This record gives sequence, structure tokens and C-alpha cells, in this order.
Amino acid sequence: MAKLNKLQTATLPDAVLDRRQAVPALIENPDDFLMIAGLAGTAWEMSALTHESPRLFGLGGAMGAAPMMGLGLALAQPKRRVLVATGDGELLMNVGALATIALQNPPNLTIICVDNGHYGETGNQDSHTGLGVRLDVIATGAGFPVVHVINTEADMAEGRRLVREANGLTFILLRVKEGPATHEGKKNLVPHIERDRFRAALLG
Amino acid sequence: MAETVTRENWPEALYDLLRDNGVTQFAYVPDAGHKALINRSLADPDVHSVPLTTEEEGVAMMAGADLGGKRAVLLMQSSGAGNCINMLSLTQGGRFPFLTLVSMRGEYGEGNPWQYAMGQAVEPVLKAMGVIVLRAETPQDVIDAVTAGITMAYQCNQQVAILLTQRLIGAKKF
Repeated sequence: MAKLNKLQTATLPDAVLDRRQAVPALIENPDDFLMIAGLAGTAWEMSALTHESPRLFGLGGAMGAAPMMGLGLALAQPKRRVLVATGDGELLMNVGALATIALQNPPNLTIICVDNGHYGETGNQDSHTGLGVRLDVIATGAGFPVVHVINTEADMAEGRRLVREANGLTFILLRVKEGPATHEGKKNLVPHIERDRFRAALLG
Repeated sequence: MAETVTRENWPEALYDLLRDNGVTQFAYVPDAGHKALINRSLADPDVHSVPLTTEEEGVAMMAGADLGGKRAVLLMQSSGAGNCINMLSLTQGGRFPFLTLVSMRGEYGEGNPWQYAMGQAVEPVLKAMGVIVLRAETPQDVIDAVTAGITMAYQCNQQVAILLTQRLIGAKKF
């Protein structure tokens, strides 16, 4: 298959982690968070990880929505920790959102980008990150005060600590090998049912 | 307030109306037509004033605000309406309340030919995505339409756009 050339500036090592272990290991106890998950892989795996928690809103479309949904939620609920988990393709579709979020700087928001370098749902084409685009550098340039890259198991402990304890807007780039996300749990992401469940669980 | 709204003070009355109805997140791409609202929101310690890089960010942010039990509004120019279209899948599918104020270009007296294509398409494309479109031609229209839109959006989970027309805000001079 013909491919675009990797960027000459590409400097990160090849990804070695398997998302099916790395994502649960990073998040540990999902009950501690309000969560938004970007479409496709991350929505499925977060749904499985949380056993379809009502405190998770998973996207099945509206690609690019997850980070800004997280911002609206974090501003609305400043006493709760808000976690956005999304893929590289989803984040790239609205990468300007990182600039918008950094200007607001909500201390209770963490964005985890599960970066497999591919468009897994559409035929596994290389994504921009797979060819060397650095989302961690973009987040730093946007003004995220805390940015952490997880390349190997050795980087995981700090990532876990930041997810739990960081007192400030945080961006975590979790670099994983290509390959399927855990796909069990919700059979269908029906947005208005998810909305009602989420609001009922949070707001009563 | 509604009895005394004038061509000069309607933006101030509009801001007060939104705040009196519990709106605490103001998302916008800067536009001359929304200058007074943007400045009021920046000066208001009880709201979040959120400049966007593109309007669709605001559509997603409003859904997140609603999940957290808060009310948001999106301020944009007519050219930004086109940037929102696929993101409105979220709003429609989730039955999220949606209220946007659109300052119009590309209509009555427009002097910039680039503005016509999107300006004339605002109503049909928003309607195609299920958004109810109300037009405000006079200062009193603004207050009446936004009052109606607040009820429709936040009480009935409808998606509502209020077009601040060029008859109201005036055509930009070139």
C-alpha cells in the first residue's frame, strides 16, 4: 500500500503499549470522574471500562466534539474532576479546541489522547500523528500547563498520578500500537438516552 | 425593560435578559455585531466568557454545559453558521438545548460580495439540521425573540437560532 512519507521531524519512538491494557491501567477507577469519550475506539473502551456508567457520555458521531464538551462540563462542574478520553483523529479534527481550552484553563479538566496513529474505524489509514505530527507539542504550544507523554510502561505511573492528583489543566498523550479497542458494553450509543442518564445521575 | 428598548440600548437589555435567565457560559467568535455582549461577558465575574477558534467548538461546549446542568449561548456571525453543521448532529441527536444569536451579513444592503453565499444559506442550512430560526428586525424584536428562544431551548430542549438581521444592526460600510 502506498504511504505518505513520515515527517523528517518525527522523533518519538514506535508505540509499544496495547490500548486494551494501557487505558484501564491509566484510568484505574473510572467512578471518580465525569467522563466524555470521543467517537469510535475510545467510546467503546470507556463504555466497557465503566460498565456503561451513567457518568460517561460516549460519542458515536459529531467527530471533534469531545474536548469542547469536556470544557463545557468542567466549567459547569468546577468541583468535579472531568476526564476526556479521545483518539488522535478525533482530536485532530478540532485541534483549535486545545487553544480555546487552554485560555480557559479549568484546573479540573484532563484530556487523554489515546494515540494509535491510525484511523482505526475507516480502514486503518495513517493519521497525522502516525506520520510524526506531535500533539503533545501542540498542547504545550496551546498553553496546557501540564503535558505528559506515555510511550512505555515506565511513563505510566506519572500518568496515573496526574489523572488522580494533578491540580491544573492536563494533557496526556497515551501512545499505543494500532489494533482494536475493547469493543463490548454498549451496543449502541443513543445520544438522547445518554444525555438523560448522565444528567439524572449527576443532577438528580 | 422591554418597553424602553431602543436602537442604542438593546444589546445591554439583551445581555441582562440572558443573565436573568441563568446563562453562565458565553461562547463566541468575535464579531462587531456582538461586541457589547462579548464585553459584558468579559467583565462579568459570574460567567465564563469563551472565545472560540471556530464556531463548532461552541456547539460542543454547549452540550457539555448542559450535561453539567448549566446554560450556555453561542454568539456568531452568519459565516460561522456553516462551520457548525455536522456538530449539530450532537445537538439534534442528544436533544440538547441550543440557543445561538447570529449577527447577519450577506443580506439587506451588504457591500461585501463574499458575504452573500453563506449569509443567504444560513436559514436553509440551519433548518435542514432541525434548528428553529427566528428573525429580529427591530430592537423590540430582539428582546421578544430571545425571550421566546430561551423558553423554547431551555424549557423544551429545542434548537433555536435568532438572526440579528442587517436591518437591525446595519450594513457594514465599505
